[in-house]
Parts: sequence; C-alpha cells; structure tokens
Amino acid sequence: MAEKTIAGKQINVTDDGYLEDMSQWNEDVAKEIAKEIGIELTDKHFEVLNYLREKSAAGEALSIRSVGKSGVVDIKGLYKLFPKGPLKFSSKIAGIPKPTSCV
Amino acid sequence: MKNLLILGAGTAGTMMLNKLHKELDKEEWKITIVDQYKTHYYQPGFLFIPFGIYNKQDVTKPKYDFFPPGVDVIFSQIDRIAGEENKVYLENGEVLNYDFLIAATGTQTRPSETEGLKDKLWYKDIFDFYTIEGALALHKKFKDWEGGNLVMCIPELPYKCPVAPIEFVCLAEAYFAERGMKDKVNISYVTLMSGAFTKPVASKMLGDLLEEKNIKVIPDFYLSHVDNENKKIVSYDEQEIPFDILTIVPVNMGSDMVKRSGLGDDMNYIKTNKYTLQSDQFENIFVIGDAANIPTSKAGSVAHFAGEILMENILAAMEGRALPAKFDGHANCYIETGHGKGALIDFNYETEPLPGTFPLPGIGPFGLLKNTKMNHYGKILFRWIYWHILLKGKELPIEADMSMAGKKRI
Repeated sequence: MAEKTIAGKQINVTDDGYLEDMSQWNEDVAKEIAKEIGIELTDKHFEVLNYLREKSAAGEALSIRSVGKSGVVDIKGLYKLFPKGPLKFSSKIAGIPKPTSCV
Repeated sequence: MKNLLILGAGTAGTMMLNKLHKELDKEEWKITIVDQYKTHYYQPGFLFIPFGIYNKQDVTKPKYDFFPPGVDVIFSQIDRIAGEENKVYLENGEVLNYDFLIAATGTQTRPSETEGLKDKLWYKDIFDFYTIEGALALHKKFKDWEGGNLVMCIPELPYKCPVAPIEFVCLAEAYFAERGMKDKVNISYVTLMSGAFTKPVASKMLGDLLEEKNIKVIPDFYLSHVDNENKKIVSYDEQEIPFDILTIVPVNMGSDMVKRSGLGDDMNYIKTNKYTLQSDQFENIFVIGDAANIPTSKAGSVAHFAGEILMENILAAMEGRALPAKFDGHANCYIETGHGKGALIDFNYETEPLPGTFPLPGIGPFGLLKNTKMNHYGKILFRWIYWHILLKGKELPIEADMSMAGKKRI
C-alpha cells in the first residue's frame, strides 16, 4: 500500500496503482489516472466508469463478458475506449479494485 | 421420512452421496440422486487421450458402480428447482419433494457461445479435450498430422481445471518431440489472462517452464471469433493468430436448469456463500463442485475439500444447529509437464500457490511448484485414488483446510 497525490488529493493506492478506497475517487482523479495510461476521457468513458462503480459497489464481480452484455457498451466498444486492458484499465480509472480472475 | 435430494451424479454429487449415505439414519432419511447420464467419466483422464496414453475404457465406468444400495436413482434431465416450494421438477414430468437439497450440476462447455467455433472446422481442425468426443477426435487427428501451428486458446474464465491447458501444451511438446517432429510443430498458448496462470508466483514458474519448452505464451488475447476460411483466431482488438490445429477450452457455463430456477449468476453458476457452501437464496439448498459461483478453481480437488466442509454444515443444518464449518477455497492440482515429470500446486482463496513440499513439511514426497518425476507419479496414481477412494467418499490423508506448513512465502 502507498499514498499517492492524484489531482491534488492524497489517495491510498495498491502496489499496482488501484485505489484502496473507491470513495476517494472523483472525476479529476479519473482523468489523471487515465492520462498516465494514455487515455483521454470522454462522456462515453464516464458512462462506462459509472456503470463499473455501480456494479462494484453492489459487490458484483465484473468480467469483460458481463460488461459487454450490460447494454452500456459492447466488447468491441470497450476495447476501443480502453485499448490493451479493457477491464484492467477501466477498473483502475474507475477507482475500483483490480479485477480478479478466480482460477 | 425426510428427503435428501442430490442433483447431479458427477464427481461432487457422487462423493456427497456416499459420504451422506454412511452418515444419515436410514430410518429417518431417504436419499435420492438425479442425473441425465448413465456413464461416469474420469475427466482428468481426457487430457491423456489425444496422446494415446489413456483410451476410452480407461476413463469410463457406469455410474451405477458408485451408488450405494438403498438409494433412489433417477435418470432424467432436470427442469428446475422451485426453492419456495421445496420441490424439483424433472423433464420426465416427475416432481420431487425435498427437505434438503444438494446441487452438484457442474459446468459444461458451450462452443456455440463463440462465433465460428462450432462451424465447418469443428472436430476437423478445431478440437476441445474437455469432452470424450473431442479428446477422441483429437487423438485421431494427431496420429497422422504432419505438423504446423498448434494453437491452444483459453477464451473465457472461469473454466474447468485451470491447469489442463498448460498440461496439454507440455504433453504435446513431448509427444511431437518423441516422434521426431520438434522442428515441424509450433505450439502457442493463447490466453485472455496476463500470463500462463492467474496467480503471480505460479504464473512466473509455469511461464518459464513453457518458455524452456519453446512454447510461445500470448497473453491478453480475448477471442472474438474464429475465421474458418483463413484458419485464424481473431481477438476483439483485432489481433490475428493463424492455426493448423486449434485446441480450445470452449466457454464454460453452468446448467440451464440453474437459470430456469433463478438461482444463478450470468454464467449460470449458483450464487453460493463461499464459506458455508449454502445457497444465497435458500437455507436448505447447499451447492458443491463446479456448479457453485465461489471464487476458486473448478476442479475435483476443490469439490473434495469442499465436501468435508459441506458434510459438517449440512448435518448441522439438518439438526437445526448453526453452521460450524468454513471453506477456505482449498485447491490442489498436479500439473503434468511431459517427459515423465510433473509439478504440483496447493492454494486457497487467500494464499496463492507457493513453492515448498507436500503434504509433509520438508519431506514431501511431492514438490510444490517444482518439476519432478515424483509429482508425475502422483498424477498417475490419482486415477486409482479417484475411482476407489474419492468417489466412494472415503477419507484421504489430506486436510480440507489448506496448510502453510511446508510452504515458503516469497
């Protein structure tokens, strides 16, 4: 665990940069994390991020497949928004825990 | 008379049947088990069939061999569980009442979930080894194959026996090396995960092992569809990988019965308390094996360890006591690595696979996260253990809770 200043805010993050506490998140935090990854956030991005935060807060496990079936965005669209890491990057930017695959 | 109903007579259901048959008072409890198929397959053996190590007879027995006397056996498909009514509706029109129910309906491969998979190349150049049909078809194909690109693809999580694809590529490497075809066969291991395995320490060890064997690991590949015309697999971000033979783990999903019963998540796995193994919705429904949505491997070893916990809890629930036991997600997998060697991993919800010795600290005889001949013998012995001890619900000298003794934190 480490503390990091993101968008002028002291935020607790994990070793690989995921927020420890999703309530420390705001849109500016999202924008700055996205910038580090190399993504410029649009309204469509925020629509997906808000969906992820909602599901995560409800304790639901997320997968690329389930997001693709959500009606918010399809899998191709999710890859366009968050290239190379559709779920890993979107989760990081949404301030929710790193997606776990339970193998 | 009270009714205990077990749905599914696979590894988990059969094991629970035998355990509970021994434990429950026969004057008080009637036990019924339902399954749609009459044949029991030793599924870990499917992996060896493509390479001619096992044949169909080695992995097949009638389910009746494993049912104790005095149990009601019904062969039928299941329509649905009606939890509010404590009833199960069968496809054959029968309706069964239960006081307690154990759901052990497993997971199935669904090739139709991926576009272009079950198409004109299916069982010609594209195979699964998760069904007896797929394993036998692949065996036939390998016999006179002249070489080319052999692509192993994992398109979705979770899937049954997470180490099987790793074992498959290792055994394929050994098989073609023995036939003098080393230079003619290129093997790649294509996965949606970020490495050979999900958990970091094991992923590194297994990734290195594959690299040593010249097996190319292609991570972060999320399969969109199979292009049958050009013999390529295509990902959602438009990467393409050509294949001559594609072996694939088709998308796994739980039974449609779960969906009809309204008990499952979006992959038809039953929503289950990961510690007590009780259904999230009904107190008198317990779930075991691959059918549960608990975050651990879909594997017989997990069902075995979970079975001991479930026993304690269901017996308590039958007597109206609080549930005493907590499952820790314990899994234990032998990994066949080819050339007469094997590796072994032992882990749970909290602790990832670590190096060390098993089951005796410092002694073994098995090495954790090590590639040894002894581990291979463990795997070979396991078929006997499965038929004679595991399915019959007898005790194995391994604790249900994972132990840190003998493991090294790194």
